[in-house]
Amino acid sequence: MPQAILKQQSLRERLEILADAAKYDASCASSGTAKKNSIGGKGVGSTEGMGICHAYAPDGRCISLLKVLLTNHCIFDCHYCINRKSSNTPRARFTPQEVADLTINFYKRNYIEGLFLSSGIIKSSNHTMEQLMETARILREEYDFRGYIHLKTIPEADPELIEQAGMYADRVSINVELPTRAGLTRLAPDKDEAEIEGALAKTSARIIQAKDERKRFRHAPRFAPAGQSTQMIVGADDANDTAIVSRAAGLYGNFGLRRVYYSAFSPIPDASAVLPLKRPPLMREHRLYQSDWLMRFYGFGANDVADATEDDGNLPLDIDPKLAWALKFRGEFPVDVNRASKEQLLRVPGLGTTAVGRILKARRYRRLRLEDVGRLTQSIAKVRPFLVAADWRPTQLTDRADLRSMLAPKLEQLELF
Amino acid sequence: MTALQHVSLGAHYVVHLPRPDDFAFWRERARQLIQCDVPPDRVSWVEPGGTGDLFAFEGPSRGEKRLPVPEVDAPQVRASKRFMRLARNVCVHSEPERFSLLYRTLWRLQSQPGFMQDSADTDVRRIEELDKEVRRDAHKMHAFVRFREVTSEEGDHYVAWFEPDHHIVRAQAGFFMRRFANMRWSILTPRGCIHWDGKTMREGPPARREDAPTGDPVEALWKSYYASIFNPARLKVGAMLSEMPKKYWKNMPEAELIPQLIAGAQAREAGMVAAGAREVREVPSSLEAIAEGISACSDCPIAECGTRAVMGEGAPGAPLMIVGEQPGDSEDLAGKPFVGPAGQLLDVYLGKAGIDRSEAYVTNAVKHFKFVARGKRRIHQTPQAKEIDTCRFWLEAERKVVAPRVVLALGASAARAMLGRTVSLAKERGAPVPLEDGSELWITAHPSYLLRLDGEARAAQEELFARDLAAVRGRLLEVTS
Repeated sequence: MPQAILKQQSLRERLEILADAAKYDASCASSGTAKKNSIGGKGVGSTEGMGICHAYAPDGRCISLLKVLLTNHCIFDCHYCINRKSSNTPRARFTPQEVADLTINFYKRNYIEGLFLSSGIIKSSNHTMEQLMETARILREEYDFRGYIHLKTIPEADPELIEQAGMYADRVSINVELPTRAGLTRLAPDKDEAEIEGALAKTSARIIQAKDERKRFRHAPRFAPAGQSTQMIVGADDANDTAIVSRAAGLYGNFGLRRVYYSAFSPIPDASAVLPLKRPPLMREHRLYQSDWLMRFYGFGANDVADATEDDGNLPLDIDPKLAWALKFRGEFPVDVNRASKEQLLRVPGLGTTAVGRILKARRYRRLRLEDVGRLTQSIAKVRPFLVAADWRPTQLTDRADLRSMLAPKLEQLELF
Repeated sequence: MTALQHVSLGAHYVVHLPRPDDFAFWRERARQLIQCDVPPDRVSWVEPGGTGDLFAFEGPSRGEKRLPVPEVDAPQVRASKRFMRLARNVCVHSEPERFSLLYRTLWRLQSQPGFMQDSADTDVRRIEELDKEVRRDAHKMHAFVRFREVTSEEGDHYVAWFEPDHHIVRAQAGFFMRRFANMRWSILTPRGCIHWDGKTMREGPPARREDAPTGDPVEALWKSYYASIFNPARLKVGAMLSEMPKKYWKNMPEAELIPQLIAGAQAREAGMVAAGAREVREVPSSLEAIAEGISACSDCPIAECGTRAVMGEGAPGAPLMIVGEQPGDSEDLAGKPFVGPAGQLLDVYLGKAGIDRSEAYVTNAVKHFKFVARGKRRIHQTPQAKEIDTCRFWLEAERKVVAPRVVLALGASAARAMLGRTVSLAKERGAPVPLEDGSELWITAHPSYLLRLDGEARAAQEELFARDLAAVRGRLLEVTS
């Protein structure tokens, strides 16, 4: 019966439905995979390490991959999801062949880096996984496609299918969806935290094994060379930033994830009534990404980020988490730009990893004055209260009570209404 | 360095580059000049089409000074790896001063070998900036080139028109060759063209936009994709513009949609929220506020039915919360929960089990009476899943205020309201279901179900019902003692 309706939908209409259904997945990265190119093959495609964003939508998100669902029919009933069983959203379905052809047609015109394929659960987890796999197989084997493929794997699917997925895909991912078990039970009653974590652990072990095999045998097959990632929805349950960040730290530590994506819960058409929550400010998502960066590149621990939160366990929205941390631990500052260690410099608000690298190199050749630091970094105003330079000492500045208001951005980002 | 006799004192040299991106040529001449000890202020570099500087002007026409030839034993010119890497990129920048900057830096490197590491140096910093701009331009070319398919007798040909800021086309040919090795393609730009036929790369003279094809049928699909992947609930135009500045838009087919997408975004988000038929509101923190809230609530169609919303009954802090389905005819008239026939039956069984109703908080999953009118009678209608889910907001608010240790759900609707999923009574009754706040849920039948049965079936169900209530009573004693 539904088949008859589907036949009448054009490819374009289905693309609209299935791209719309996929857009709540934040991940679109195409970076960090093994280098490959199409020389000597019969198809198209290359990956050279750096990801490429081929367009940007007015939501500020990059469009790197063709991000679609194979189908948005779903037997699950997760409340935050537009595709849940009880939602009234229009449904559509692609065949694996159609998605493969669309990918190639877009790729040849340089619109995309590759494919990010996910799906609603139809019939069974295994059946769904097989359909995803078939798409990847057509691309890799029939079209000799050497671009990027990101497959969403289904935690409940058989391990052999996941194994096969990693052979075709550059990256695999499973969404943990919500930062707490209580939230998952409440909002995604068909999903199970233990099952999701079990699947993450298995994939992680398989990735490590494949890396090890390649060290011994040059031609050992690659397994998801761009690793695995996951996504958490922010603001759909009442987990605060401390809880989210510590969960993320656990995920990075336990499963060697490349990325944890945070997706601010956004109103969806035909929303479930269990979510009569106010939309979290987009700034909250931004602050979480900033703290994620602090943990991955600046030597911060989850406990440091937790220290930067306010009384309710959430990060301040008006200033970034690094500045919030510095304001709480003023005793650590000012640091001497000519003497401080790399770790100390990385804690200075306003100094990024690039600027710190430049400072470390440049100070081998000169004693840095404030003017020199200004050349090496973006803005001197922000870093000044926390630094000592050859000709600069902040004296009272670091301890001023109104330092926060001096450094907070003057224009508050207005909320949409 | 020995003074060279043929380097005239005070002479000024002009070097004409054959191409604006010719790093090898610049390197050759720069090495020669440094070996002859020609200081930076006495060399001008002129690229084709460039205006040159004051000295270059009177250059070739008035018999330009030939470049000096270094001695055979002139010292080697040295440069750091970092300089070489940056110089290659800086060479293709469109900044006219780039060759002088590079020569000056190379000159200084001969006496200060390490200074390329010193980013606080003005020249080094400038080189880093130019390098960054070239890398960004190349990256944007990788990203924003859009091929259009032209079908001819020789097969498919993919042609793109792109306008780079710098002289990067030749240097980026390799990227497109590796990516589209088995495709016939051309990239046309105002700074020169590259053509790949699947085997060899050919360079061509600058082209005009008119030389490129104007459309491709796949673009319609791509535009649909672009419009659909955009999430109107999170408009961030600034973030888009910083990565995809307007200057690129004219050569990207999808960009023509941007103005209408932005204009429609707020209306679309408002539409979604309205279609959800819910008001975004704060969770009320007292029973009075909840009572007020449910009277004013029109989140679902049931609100149009009935005469009033029926609020729960009981005090905050009650150890037991009893949840029914929805008010019936009597409850709607009385404005109190469980006062009709089902309520009376419930009272009997609560009494038998030793549970004091006055110490419990009694409420319903849905706060309005849903019915269809048949003559004078109002016939009860089971609420739909979505209506239960809608009203769950109020039930959750009540639960937060009352904070019961044990919740008793009567019937499948109440169980759904508590758990947010369809519950099988037969499977889940008789054992506690832990709730996320540490309390527990017991599920049993609704007393009106017992009223509809008779004979043996009723006896069996009554026994089960009594057993469930007895178990709840047992748990209550345990958790309150």
